Amino acid sequence: MAGDAKTSRAAVWPGIIALAIAAGYLIALLAVEKQSLIIALLAVGIIVVIAAAWFGLLDGVSHAFSDHEDALGGFAILALLAVGAFFHEDHFVLLLVTTVLLYSVATLGLNIQFGYAGVLNFAGASFFGIGAYTSAVLNAHTALPHLIVLLIGGLLAALIGSLLLLPVLRTRGHYAAVVTIAFALLFKTFLEVNDVLGGPQGMQVKGMTILGWSFNDNIEIGGISLSFYMNYFMISLLLLIGAFVVVRRLERSWIGLNLDALRLDETAASCFGLDVVRWKITAFLIGNFLIGVAGAMFGMVGSFVAPNNYTFADSLILVSILLLGGIGNPWGLIVATFIVVVVPEKLQTIQEYRFLLYALLVIGVLLFRPEGLLPRPVRRYFPGWQP
Amino acid sequence: MTALLEARGVVKRFGGVVALDGLDLAVTAGEIIGLIGPNGSGKTTFFNVATGIYAANAGNVMFDGADITRVPARAIYRAGVSRTFQRSRLSLPLSIFDNIMIGNHKRLNQGLWFNLVKRGDFKREFEASYHAARALVEVFEPALAGRMFEPVAGLPMIDRRRIEICRALISEPKLLLLDEPSAGMTHDETAELMNDILLVRERKKDLTIIIVEHEMGVIERITNRCVVLNFGRKIAEGPYRDVAADAQVQEAYLGVA
Repeated sequence: MAGDAKTSRAAVWPGIIALAIAAGYLIALLAVEKQSLIIALLAVGIIVVIAAAWFGLLDGVSHAFSDHEDALGGFAILALLAVGAFFHEDHFVLLLVTTVLLYSVATLGLNIQFGYAGVLNFAGASFFGIGAYTSAVLNAHTALPHLIVLLIGGLLAALIGSLLLLPVLRTRGHYAAVVTIAFALLFKTFLEVNDVLGGPQGMQVKGMTILGWSFNDNIEIGGISLSFYMNYFMISLLLLIGAFVVVRRLERSWIGLNLDALRLDETAASCFGLDVVRWKITAFLIGNFLIGVAGAMFGMVGSFVAPNNYTFADSLILVSILLLGGIGNPWGLIVATFIVVVVPEKLQTIQEYRFLLYALLVIGVLLFRPEGLLPRPVRRYFPGWQP
Repeated sequence: MTALLEARGVVKRFGGVVALDGLDLAVTAGEIIGLIGPNGSGKTTFFNVATGIYAANAGNVMFDGADITRVPARAIYRAGVSRTFQRSRLSLPLSIFDNIMIGNHKRLNQGLWFNLVKRGDFKREFEASYHAARALVEVFEPALAGRMFEPVAGLPMIDRRRIEICRALISEPKLLLLDEPSAGMTHDETAELMNDILLVRERKKDLTIIIVEHEMGVIERITNRCVVLNFGRKIAEGPYRDVAADAQVQEAYLGVA
């Protein structure tokens, strides 16, 4: 009943319908090759979203998500699996979607740092690269299980990131950001001059193997053949689910509150017992860990690492995803990653101008929707919880 | 009786400006002290020194038997000192509940494992905290108690003040520092807020309060004793009626004729 809107839980079906439409739309967009059709599809997508917002249809969706997040999270996984199943033989699309999943993990890490703790990190791609180079080196020279390699990639990104902690903690705002920019530039130069790591040419990365199951072989199940990228798609999806749960629980805990408090007013927060340094370090390290794990996985997916893949420009893309999606909202970040990664890849005509596209997107968002496509809602510790 | 808070010869300089010039001040547990004086006389600076935001250049501050002169702000809070700010310093995008919980920091389990993994235990602590916060808010404004998960950005000034005081009170401090609670509010709103503060104090008799305030009606009504500052020094001390009649105080406020 309308009158009980405040006390009863919102309906779940608008969320399910929205996810189904999004999955269908994504499949169509990924399947179409003709440039004119892609442009038409994108235009239709934009118009439909604006129209739905105009007629208030999106309110039901957002209420459904805030009250039934766990259930809808399950449906979102199903939707992604449906996309994967549809393209089970298509190397290119599976690689593209896998890239989106791993970039999402990285932006979730960045989100803990910037979105919650307010520590701007313009070296996201560098830490992603540290993960990727970790798997390149460890897979080539050691027999470590590859899941452990992912873990080491994350730990190494956190460890090397802690070199930045001292300057970042001693400076604030823009100055801290400049420190991370310097790191990003140094990192690329370091890779280029380092022959052990392949110099500017980069290195090959051995594909993933878990318990003898090689991820680089195509899969045959009962006469159906699946692209080998299906392996990577599945494990990347698992990583994304894990990262999402960590970020969600972090936000919906006293720790998420601490991070918000120190971002919004350090002085007031420290007057109420908050150890600003401890929580900034915690956020920075957890964020870098997620970025590093995603990078280590990405190294194995791409089977190749080179300094040019982890530049300052790539870090800017990660930050622009954050701005576009809605700082602090993990759902928004995943949507934004899809937009930023998939659109230039499908629109071959604008490939060369993709940085222009990002710039326009970010400026447009900052002008017309400063909180991002999906602004972060007020914290609810338990979705649907009623006193 | 020993003092709960005692400042001895506290000096705080900003470059060439001496904000506190050898201030002596003692507050006994259970008192309500008015800290008054003209603009720039060092009232807020004293609060900032006492809560650890500024480090004193000389002298020391004792709280509850311990020297807190060079102790970080967060440790002073843990020892039992809470405050409000002259300009409301709430976290505007956060909800009423979140803002009050910021003040409850020392009583919440901050462990990573507890917060991320033991969600059942976390939920119990969350629910207990919710009921405590709601009960406190109800003392001040029952209408707000139903809006605990709304952002404070949409609230009028008086409600923001109420939330700020709830944030300072939720951890049950021994000493509450109120920095101009009437700023930005009408006369009636201020009176209402003061009644609510006294109501909270009725329940917890040993709560000591130091209040900085320009509205003398408030000072006269609620304080046991006043300390008057001018140029960072104590120029008078005593019940409001006595200090108001003091020639030096009148001169500080009104200037020499």
